[in-house]
Amino acid sequence: MQFAFTEEQELIRDTARRFCDQHGSPERVRMAVESSHGYDQATWRAIGEEMGWCGIALPEGVGGSGLGAVELAILCEQMGRVLLPSPFFATACLAAPAIALAGSPAQQQALLPDIAAGRTRATLALSNSQGDPGLAGIGARLARVTGALRLTGEAGFVIHADAANLLVVAVRAEGSLGSDGVSLLVVAPDQKGVTIEPLVMMDRTRPMSRVHFDSVEVPREAVLGEVESAGPALAKALSRAQAALAAEQLGGAEAALEITTEYAKARMQFDRPIGSFQAVKHRLADMMVMTEAARSAAYYAACAVDELPAELDEAAAIAGSWCSDTYTNCAGNMIQLHGGVGFTWDHVAHLYFKRARASAMLLGSPAWLREQIAQRLSLGPAQAAT
Amino acid sequence: MKLGFTPAQERFRTEAAAWLSTQLDDHYSKLRGVTSLTAQPELRREWEQALGRARWSAVGWPAEYGGRDATLAEQVIFAEEYARAQAPARLGHLGVELIGPTILQFGTDAQKRRFLPPIAAGEEYWCQGYSEPNAGSDLSNVRTRARLAQGPNGDEWIIDGQKTWTSLAQFADWVFLVCRTAVGSKGRDGLSFLLVPMQQPGVTLHPIRQMTGDIEFNELFFDGARTAAENIVGAPGEGWKIAMALLNFERGVSTLAQQMSFRGELERLCALAARNGAARDPLIRQRLAQAHIGLRIMRYSALRMLTNAESAQLGRAAFTYKIFWATWHRKLGELAMDIQGPAGEIAEAAPYRFNELTNLYLYTRADTIYGGTNQIQRNLIAERALGLPKEPRGR
Repeated sequence: MQFAFTEEQELIRDTARRFCDQHGSPERVRMAVESSHGYDQATWRAIGEEMGWCGIALPEGVGGSGLGAVELAILCEQMGRVLLPSPFFATACLAAPAIALAGSPAQQQALLPDIAAGRTRATLALSNSQGDPGLAGIGARLARVTGALRLTGEAGFVIHADAANLLVVAVRAEGSLGSDGVSLLVVAPDQKGVTIEPLVMMDRTRPMSRVHFDSVEVPREAVLGEVESAGPALAKALSRAQAALAAEQLGGAEAALEITTEYAKARMQFDRPIGSFQAVKHRLADMMVMTEAARSAAYYAACAVDELPAELDEAAAIAGSWCSDTYTNCAGNMIQLHGGVGFTWDHVAHLYFKRARASAMLLGSPAWLREQIAQRLSLGPAQAAT
Repeated sequence: MKLGFTPAQERFRTEAAAWLSTQLDDHYSKLRGVTSLTAQPELRREWEQALGRARWSAVGWPAEYGGRDATLAEQVIFAEEYARAQAPARLGHLGVELIGPTILQFGTDAQKRRFLPPIAAGEEYWCQGYSEPNAGSDLSNVRTRARLAQGPNGDEWIIDGQKTWTSLAQFADWVFLVCRTAVGSKGRDGLSFLLVPMQQPGVTLHPIRQMTGDIEFNELFFDGARTAAENIVGAPGEGWKIAMALLNFERGVSTLAQQMSFRGELERLCALAARNGAARDPLIRQRLAQAHIGLRIMRYSALRMLTNAESAQLGRAAFTYKIFWATWHRKLGELAMDIQGPAGEIAEAAPYRFNELTNLYLYTRADTIYGGTNQIQRNLIAERALGLPKEPRGR
């Protein structure tokens, strides 16, 4: 029983850390955010093509590194530390697991090598325009219309859709519920009937779009696996995505703690560092308690992906809810403990604060995740809304 | 990272579980689920001796002192099975988990031979002489003093002073004592770590009743109490170092056992909430889910700490462990009362006995105080883990 990084994993972490410190310096992050698709092309080429990181958790048979979710989490943590803008999360953590779990072997062979090699920028279109969570929140619909499959409706909050060359779209058959009737489709963004509407979001470090589907024709081979059979695979893919997101949130929370601690040591008021006042010290201590717990939760969830499939759904929900709460708490406290400068545009604090909020809502809010956990505690039914 | 156990470890688990369930189904069935440290002392003493005879009392110790040379993983496994079987709280826990490992690490060979086997056999019991009325969070302010003098049987320490909050002193044969041996010294310097027999005229006990109604701890008065000169762990003046090292052992393997008993408490609370309808309330559901989350995270963190403990690389997680579980447990007590409603306030037996969940509410108010208050924990985290400035002392 060994719940710690191996030497190889430590090397990956150190390499990723150096890369992210260089590509994700505060100046470069701001420049990337201002650029046309919200990320730096050279950085993305480095991630995807030079480092081959999109394939880190993909099997060697499709050109991946054959490593696992722990290594993926290590990368996500380091990128989260600096808010590195890039389609990496969308491609490697959202779209790739969906393809790997729902696609037939031939489809995996057709799609995953380009992802592993950094040639594909993919994303997952999942929730409706209200952002409702889980499979119940799937926005788009798939119908049979005179023998052909047609995709209609819209998906909200699709990350990096404006830069994608591949959309993985979650759909359900009209009237279906839960895990039934769900399909996953691969759609080209420039296909007839697809409209990508970029949104201006509070968190500018991770661009999102609304994607409209106007009776898009879907050939049979664009359906991953069998029609209306992708529900369980999508649920598993979302648990994996949740684990990766938790690691990213951990990185952001740790950065907030680190930056704020350094500030507390340096900032002098009343002839002493503000970090010598117990109110400040104790708040930072509470942030550390939360982030250490977040570290345990995020990496256990990653281990569950690789080693403990029976525990994955619960571990992912635990990591998701805890790391979301930790990130929003730490980022909020970063603003508070920086005083007035923490409230300015020029300081990094608001970037973390906004990313914390957006990621907490991306795959199900903490409260929603807790209710999913409550449902497994044999508590009986919740009160029906009146 | 590797989270599973090996086949050999799983066999160890089966062996431990089988022994425990045989004992607890049969002669010791009255002890199943007993969490109070003061209940049924005679039967508890028998239980400690039964554990000792079967070498399950101190599995991590060397065999020559009554242990099994168990690896860390095996110690974890035994602790899990112990809790899973709802085996009773250990009367001998101060000996097995605190002073025993301390003597193993810092004691002389003679001390190991003298003190370890009787602990493992359940024949000698220990209590802790640390806190004083003026030395709680500020433990270095101890005033109990000891001086060397010639006695009828050789050199002895003569001890005068007072200790407080001494759990289980009424059952103890020995007390381990932090006291001042360098005359005129202040603070952490000039302290020594002595081992003192309890049954002597110079040691008297005064029980202290807790808000729970129970008497679990005591004041200890030392008035010319004596112990042989060789009953010192480490050198004179090293008392602070030894005392702190002992406290580190509190963060060891027993932490995983603790989570198993927490799991039982939460399960029974969930069952009650389902039965009495409290679980239909969305806020109660959120809090129960959060309790489950916290418990799982405690397990993950403990696995991290135990992994790093083996490689002597105690990371930041160790600093946060106590405040995390204590705060969690206190919140669980509050949730237990919210779920029970006013009915939880009714005593279930004379004179002042409450059900398990209500007891939880009262007992857990101490969890965030003993073993370092939450406020002290935050200071330690801020200063030692984050490197923030230390608290100023008064002048």
